[in-house]
This record gives sequence, structure tokens and C-alpha cells, in this order.
Amino acid sequence: MSFDVAKIRQDFPILSQTIRGKPLVFLDSGASAQKPRVVIDAMRNAMETQYANVHRGLHWMSERTTEAYEACRDAIAGLVNASDRAEIVITGSVTNSLNLVAHSYGRVMKPGQAVIISAMEHHSNIVPWQMLRDERGIELRVCPITDAGELDLNALETLLADRKVGLVSITHMSNVLGTYTPVERITQMAHAAGARVMFDGAQAIVHRKVDVQAIGCDFYAFTGHKLYGPTGIGALWARRELLEAMPAFLGGGDMISSVTYEKSTWAQVPHKFEAGTPPILEGIGLKAAIDYFLSIGHEGIAAHEQDLTNHAIARLSAIEGIRILGRAQDRGGVISFTLDNAHAHDVATLLDRQGIAVRAGHHCAEPLMHRLGVESTARATFGMYTTREEIDALADTLIRVREFFV
Amino acid sequence: MFDDLRDLYQEVILDHGRRPRHATRLESFDATAKGDNPMCGDRVQVWVKYGPDGRISNTGFEARGCAISIASADLMAESVQGRTTDETRALFTAFRELARTGQCPACDAALNEPMERLKPLSGVHEYPSRVKCATLAWHALNAALEGTNNATSEGGTP
Repeated sequence: MSFDVAKIRQDFPILSQTIRGKPLVFLDSGASAQKPRVVIDAMRNAMETQYANVHRGLHWMSERTTEAYEACRDAIAGLVNASDRAEIVITGSVTNSLNLVAHSYGRVMKPGQAVIISAMEHHSNIVPWQMLRDERGIELRVCPITDAGELDLNALETLLADRKVGLVSITHMSNVLGTYTPVERITQMAHAAGARVMFDGAQAIVHRKVDVQAIGCDFYAFTGHKLYGPTGIGALWARRELLEAMPAFLGGGDMISSVTYEKSTWAQVPHKFEAGTPPILEGIGLKAAIDYFLSIGHEGIAAHEQDLTNHAIARLSAIEGIRILGRAQDRGGVISFTLDNAHAHDVATLLDRQGIAVRAGHHCAEPLMHRLGVESTARATFGMYTTREEIDALADTLIRVREFFV
Repeated sequence: MFDDLRDLYQEVILDHGRRPRHATRLESFDATAKGDNPMCGDRVQVWVKYGPDGRISNTGFEARGCAISIASADLMAESVQGRTTDETRALFTAFRELARTGQCPACDAALNEPMERLKPLSGVHEYPSRVKCATLAWHALNAALEGTNNATSEGGTP
């Protein structure tokens, strides 16, 4: 099936809106993507016809809902090519997934061991490690990036050399620079140094095929709401033997095998890590989103978004006073930029007046902002439904914004 | 194209945003406080010097932020010049109301003159996410007057 953006747009009810009298130009999918009709319908249908709590009811409703919810785990396993559905832990977000690893795998690390992150991480892949450092005496090492915005692999080699590193936790795609990191290479380097590897796939999984077996990593985290699914659900893929060896994180219902006041025992993986009533409706919605995403196909989506990225870089670079941050060889549809004499918030407000939604600020990546020498940037991010015409609207409006602040 | 935005970005705001008159660290001061808005990364530090009569004799600031926040800090520094701390607090209350609602029921004769100076900022009330840009420097100034050294425009009342 050929990629047809006009047809895809019809699947997203929200895109036909007008904002302040102008057609919506939504260039903030990297923060959270819009939802196709099939996701909305799946969640509504579940609430209208077959909703109950999961994993515990002996009645028809609960059995049907459990089946529908657990189908999400299979969909996720298929999406990332996990060899075993028990390797999929359903969480609330990437942040939850990263914290799970920090609090659980982090507890089996020994004081004096180190965690490596990169200089282009989201706060969610910085702060949990700082907490671990302060609680457990784990050293936190930051792998620098080059001026082009690529991971400095020579520096990574050096940081791994003393073999004290227990875990390398790095983004698969920068939410500021759009840089993809060489995940296979990083994994090989880390494993050669005896370290485990985790990737934050919040941005990457939306744009390219992720195959955890081909990458060879140990943990991979992603979230549903950037993948055209609902908020409140994310996932952690991890090797089964790791999950089995790791201590439980949150305690509560659903994660136990038996409970007495003296002692409790844990459920099998992945349920050991899924305390409490899970995001049931969100799971049903995410399953629909993954099915929809795969029906469009990685190949078509990736080619379309690469075309948009090239077009956006060409158009924006041609505007005087605009500086695009990052020029990695391998990059995707995340474009951060600054405009001379104008603060990103003012740029965003002016764009908003024309119905154009971009993000402005530090993008939850303050240390990266310091590295780049900027306070904040405006950021346009693309999804499968983004069009060349929307990029043109952004560029044409930015030319006027520039005149406004000269 | 942006004609309707002239309510928010009036010439006086663009001018003070571009060329603030009071964007300077005071060498000699009696009180100072920082303000930050962690959600958007805006930061400001305000320095205050009192005269022998207890009135504010000079105010300076250093800020990073948008045109609205810089202009607001600068217009604030102008409008509190020569005022007592009580008058300054009353002005802060009135300005916060102006920024939030576009209205100024308390702009009576006593506050009329300084509020006239601040009125170009009333346009922010139509942009809820930007109200905090306009009030951040005021929160910092208020903290300096209270001697608490730190203020945030996140969380509590903008």
C-alpha cells in the first residue's frame, strides 16, 4: 500500500479543526501525538461494552477485558520484536520505565559502579540516576556529544574503559536535536566492557523500526502517547533473565503470588513489576494504535518523515537569523531552532496566532541547552500526518515573525 | 499578519524588551531575590536600594526570558521608583490582577500613575500561559521586600 498522507489525515479527527480561525498546523507531535479514530473508538467501545477490572474477575466482563488488555502486551512484543511476551512490562510512561530500572536494577548494582548517560538526555533519563547516585553511591558519568550533536563514541570508549560501568542508559533519538544514536554500536561497546544497556525510545520508536533482538540491548523503554496512543501507558522491554533476577519495584496488588504478614512472594514476570490496577483502557487504546501504525507501515512513515525533515531543514536554513541546532548525519523529524532577537516563547506565541503549534522552552533537557549555549529553543516535530504544506506554513510565518522582532 | 497580536506586543513592550533601562546588577543594594519559572526556564534576579526615607531609590534586575518578561521587569523597576514598600506591595497586587484579568478595579487615584505605565502589559491576560512571564519579576521583587530571597511563579497564584 502506498503512503497517502491525505488519507491518513482523515483518520485523525482533530486535524480538521481550525484554531483562531486558521487551519490547525500541529507541529508538536514529539511532545504528544494526535490519536486516530480507531484508538478513540477502541477505548470508547471498551467502556461501552466490556469494561471491568482485569486479572482477577471470574466473570464474563473481566475475562473479556483481560483478554483485550493482554492483547496489548502481544502487540508491544510484536512491535519491538521481543522473543517472549513476558519480557514486556507495562508501565505508565517512559519516565516510569526508566525509574523502574533505576530503582530495581539500580539496587543490584554495587556502590562504586557507574551509570553512563549522554549529554543529550531528557530529564527523565538524568534525574533517576542522580537519585540512585545519591542513595547508593553509584557514579554518574556523562558521555559528551560532538558539536554536530552526535554521541562522541571515542569518549564513550574512554568512559567504559575501567569496566566499572554497570549500565549505559542513552536516548535512541534526541528530543531536541533529532539525532539518532548508533544503538547497535553502543550495545556492542557496552557489552564488551561488561555493562548492560538501556535505550530511551520515546522519540525513536515513532519514526523507525525498533528490533530489540537485532539491537542486542538489555532494556528498551517507550511510551504510548507519542505513538498515536493514549496517555498514561508506556512499556519496558527487558531480557527475561534480567527481570527475573531484579528485585520488585512497587509493591501492591497484582504483583504478588502470596501475601502473609510475615512474608510475601512475587508473581512471575512481567507481573512482578505491575503493581496495582493497570492502565486497562489505555492498553486497549495502545493496541489499536500499534495495529494502526503497523498497518501504515514503518517504511512509508520513515520515508515520508525523512522527506519532511529535509524539506524543513532546507526551508528554515534559508531564513536569515534562524539557527537550527544539531546537524547529525542520522537525524529525524525533530527540528529545534532559535531566531535572532526573539525569545522562543515569543516565537511560539506568534506562530500560535497563525494556528501553528510548536513547543518552546528547554524541552526537559536543561543540561543539553547549556551544552548548546542557548536558554531555550522553539521546536517543530513531525508525525505521519504532517505535510509539506504545513512546513511551508511554518517557514512562511517565521519570515514574518522575524520582521516583527527586527 | 500579526495585527491582533499588537494588543500583547505593544510597541512599548517590544521597546523595553529589546532595550531595558534597568537591566543591571546594583553594586550597592539593601535587598535582593531571585525568581524562576521552572516550567519555561525564565529566571530573574532583582536588586533593591532604599533611600534614607525608606522609599525605593533604585531597582535593577538581570533576567533571561521572553520579551514580555524583560519588558515587565523593566517597567516594574520604573514604576516602583520612589515608592514605599507598602505602596509597592499594593502595586504588585493591582498588577497581578491586571495581568490575570485585564481589569484593574484597584487602580484608584493613588495607583493611577504607575498603573498607567503598566497597562500595556494587560494584553497577557488573554494568554494564560504567558501571565507568569509578566509577573515573575514582581514575585522576585516581593520576595526581596519580604527578605525571603527566592520566588517562583510556578504553582501558586500567578
